[in-house]
Amino acid sequence: MNQRVFTARGLTKTYVSGEVEVRALRGLDLEIWAGEVVVLLGPSGSGKSTLLNIMGGLDHPSSGRLFFKDTELTGFNDRALTAYRRRYVGFVFQFYNLIPSLTAYENVALVTEIAERPMRPDEALAVVGLEARMDHFPSQLSGGEQQRVAIARAIAKRPEVLLCDEPTGALDSKTGILVIEALLNVNSQLGTTTLIITHNASIQDVADRVLFFADGQISRIRKNETRRPAAELSW
Amino acid sequence: MRVLDLKLVRDLKRLWAQALAIAFVVAGGVATLVLAVGSARSLDETRTAYYERYRFADVFAAVKRAPETLVGRIAEIPGVAAVDARIAKLALLDIPNFRQPATGQFISLPESGEPLLNRLYMRVGRMPEPGRAEEVVVNETFAKAHAFAPGSRFSAILNGRKRELTVVGIALSPEFIYAIGPGDIMPDDRRFAIVWMSEKALANAYDLDGAFSSVNIKLLRDAPEREVIQRLDALLDRYGGQAAYGRKDQTSHAWLDHELDMLNNMSRTLPPIFLLVAAFLVNLTLSRLVALEREQIGLLKALGYRTVAIAAHYIKFVVVLVAIGIVIGGAAGTWLGMYFTRLFGDFFHFPFLVFIQNADLYVLAAALSLAAAIVGAVHALRDVVTLPPAVAMQPASPPRFRHILPSRFSIGRLLTQPAVMMLRGIAHHPVRAGFTLLGMALATAILVVSLFTRGTMENLIDVTYFMADRQDATVSFTERRPQAVVNQMAGLPGVLTVEPYREVPARIRHGSVERRIRISGRPRDADLSRIIDVNLHPVALPESGLAISDMLARILGAEVGDFVEIDLLEGQHRTVTLPITARVEDYFGIKGMMDAEALARVMREAPAVNSVHLAIDASMLDALYDAIKRMPAVSGMALQRASLASFREAVALLITAMGSIYTGLAAIIAFGVIYNNARISLSERARELASLRVLGFTRGEVLRILLLELTLLTLLAQPPGWAIGYGLAWVMKTNLAGELMRVRLVVEHFTYVLASAIVIGAAVFSALVVRQRVNRLDLVAVLKTRD
Repeated sequence: MNQRVFTARGLTKTYVSGEVEVRALRGLDLEIWAGEVVVLLGPSGSGKSTLLNIMGGLDHPSSGRLFFKDTELTGFNDRALTAYRRRYVGFVFQFYNLIPSLTAYENVALVTEIAERPMRPDEALAVVGLEARMDHFPSQLSGGEQQRVAIARAIAKRPEVLLCDEPTGALDSKTGILVIEALLNVNSQLGTTTLIITHNASIQDVADRVLFFADGQISRIRKNETRRPAAELSW
Repeated sequence: MRVLDLKLVRDLKRLWAQALAIAFVVAGGVATLVLAVGSARSLDETRTAYYERYRFADVFAAVKRAPETLVGRIAEIPGVAAVDARIAKLALLDIPNFRQPATGQFISLPESGEPLLNRLYMRVGRMPEPGRAEEVVVNETFAKAHAFAPGSRFSAILNGRKRELTVVGIALSPEFIYAIGPGDIMPDDRRFAIVWMSEKALANAYDLDGAFSSVNIKLLRDAPEREVIQRLDALLDRYGGQAAYGRKDQTSHAWLDHELDMLNNMSRTLPPIFLLVAAFLVNLTLSRLVALEREQIGLLKALGYRTVAIAAHYIKFVVVLVAIGIVIGGAAGTWLGMYFTRLFGDFFHFPFLVFIQNADLYVLAAALSLAAAIVGAVHALRDVVTLPPAVAMQPASPPRFRHILPSRFSIGRLLTQPAVMMLRGIAHHPVRAGFTLLGMALATAILVVSLFTRGTMENLIDVTYFMADRQDATVSFTERRPQAVVNQMAGLPGVLTVEPYREVPARIRHGSVERRIRISGRPRDADLSRIIDVNLHPVALPESGLAISDMLARILGAEVGDFVEIDLLEGQHRTVTLPITARVEDYFGIKGMMDAEALARVMREAPAVNSVHLAIDASMLDALYDAIKRMPAVSGMALQRASLASFREAVALLITAMGSIYTGLAAIIAFGVIYNNARISLSERARELASLRVLGFTRGEVLRILLLELTLLTLLAQPPGWAIGYGLAWVMKTNLAGELMRVRLVVEHFTYVLASAIVIGAAVFSALVVRQRVNRLDLVAVLKTRD
């Protein structure tokens, strides 16, 4: 945990919507270390998702600088950001965003086909415990299973970072725990730096660090000396 | 303004490009109908008015020499309203600065001035003054071709004597809207003139004082034409009368009729196809567009709007779109229709045009387009409004996909995932994919049907001018000549080969069907003018029996081997029965052909000649022209090369004009369909595509995924499009076939290529527009919403 994966300095993001200005990030400084599991907690509108989107190359900051390792992301054009996402970033969203016309296996293959040194799709599905369901279409899978397919899809390219925006938000607790377990599994097996946005405070215990957000800034950082296994979670 | 109406206005603004594309599809269908039917009606009405005002006759007869006293007896035939007797003679013209011999149809004008029937419309100048033998009026097309104005001079060989003539007037006549010279198949304005001159002068020239050689009759309304003709024939018989005939067999009327029939047929064939295709496409497009509004419909229901109010809102939306299309289409159709009417009016040299307003057409086209659009919208609404609002407000649940093959053979392992997505997408919505495919195929098909005439006309030219009638020139004689004329012609400068022809007017009968035709007797070994059978092989004439046009065989319902009854309308006026021995592929007129000796036997006359076909040494043409001009027995010389040129000129003008207009409308429809298809696909799949962008797919890769389906469907649609286009072209060809002219359907490969190129071009353009949209996909927003 000695290499910095992300370094943010004075990041701001202001959305202009009609005549209203929304300041989503207000001069945020941050480091993320390789192999960490980081949980981002905070109320709606506190800037978590905005930060994640900027880190994932889905959005540009209004000012400030953001580095991925030694490379400055701020100033990348669309083409460069696409290449960055393709090579280094895995996303998991609240609403799984699977392609309904592709099976679990094929949804994963969608990414392995464009990645540089991917896993085999069945390997990736095995990491999330879904090897038996790989010929099923999204409509034949439960919500938790669909989210695990999304995780398998995100990790199949062996990303450096896994960015998860409320991955359990649409799931009941039992299924949610399975999903968190899958994420931690990925982190321990592959060493993927993992950022998880959640509203669910129970999840903070599985992280190495917890960032508390308020008003577009990090109000507090908590470091867990030990990470709780997902199986012990409940909510 | 009610809030829903505000939403309507804003939706229209938001979707303006698509709305306009749909409106154009509607406009294409409406414009075609208004244009085609409107111009056909206007021209029809113009002709009727022209005929009435200028008293076009109903019955026509030629006679060798009949005394003027006979006119009174003709007028007594029951059913006759008016009789106009006159002198009509063909004569060679010699025109300054024009080497080729031209032919004049000379027609006498009564000393009193205006003829009773077939009156002249004077464009310029005046009628000849009584007693001025050199003053003539000529038809406008001829005058234009030689830049003649009052005061211009030319000469004519009247009954062997050369006369100087002065043009004093230029006129139009309902009798010669189409003026076709002897031996020609198309009008040639430079080589064929209608020359009106004083009766006294013409009578002097031809020794016809107190006599006439042509008689026109106007019938009373509902008079029995057939009986009048029989009685007239009986009266004229002893004066060398050739069988009288009605308008149907009058050359100019028959050609005009054919042309107007063709326009009418076209207006019955093409516009319904265009309109139905447009309606189908509008239905398809609007149903998908409304389906995209699912969440908003759910929301309106949740807010308490009644189903009827919601349906009315969306129906209003499609009605506005279609109404825009109807207005554009109606205006464009009217404008194009007037342009078309003028184009044809100029071609026919109508002295005036009558434009018909077509309220019924607008109503018909509008009603059909509206109905199609509303049915499409209602179809989509029905699926949505039956859902509980809570369900409708969410996007449709992920569609259930199934493996096409057992999962062990998963195609996903063989193809790239984007290809699998596309194939499953098509397999999952087979009806939608099928309709889209059909829509694109129809777009190609209407293009094929707009473009096919080119190949068909080239085939007609090829068969007529290069396979069948290969002579360089046809020389016609004022009357029947003995066989010896062949040697005389062979001795003229530059003449390489002479083939003699004998033409006899006749009536042919099989069962109850009867037609008036000309039977040509030709040498058995004729090589210049050959007979081409329906398989396009040259065939030798049988020694006896009759070969007839394939079209005539079909009209008569007669097969090879059947016997037909023939009334010969010359010589002894015998009626004979002959077997049909061959069916001939020809495209102009309906005729019979016999071995010359066999015809002479049937006629009970010594072999005789009306015309000769010549092969000519082109280097000696001028000498030949001069020699021909000195032959008093010659009434005209038709040149194949000039005939082909004027055919191309006339046909090219009309076909290019019509072809371009229909092709333009078809292209607009094709573009509207494909553009909308691409745009709606994008809306339907925006979320999926944004997900792919998040996963690291580049814009180009995402665009490829989106366009893969469009490309596949566009390409797959081409072969069925060609097939449907060929079928529609066949329907057109069959509808357009007439006794005067018909074609063999030949659709060139180039036509298919061009039609597909236009459709593919529309697809490429749509792809470019869609690319702009893909570049603007909102990656973040799409991931924040529930799938």
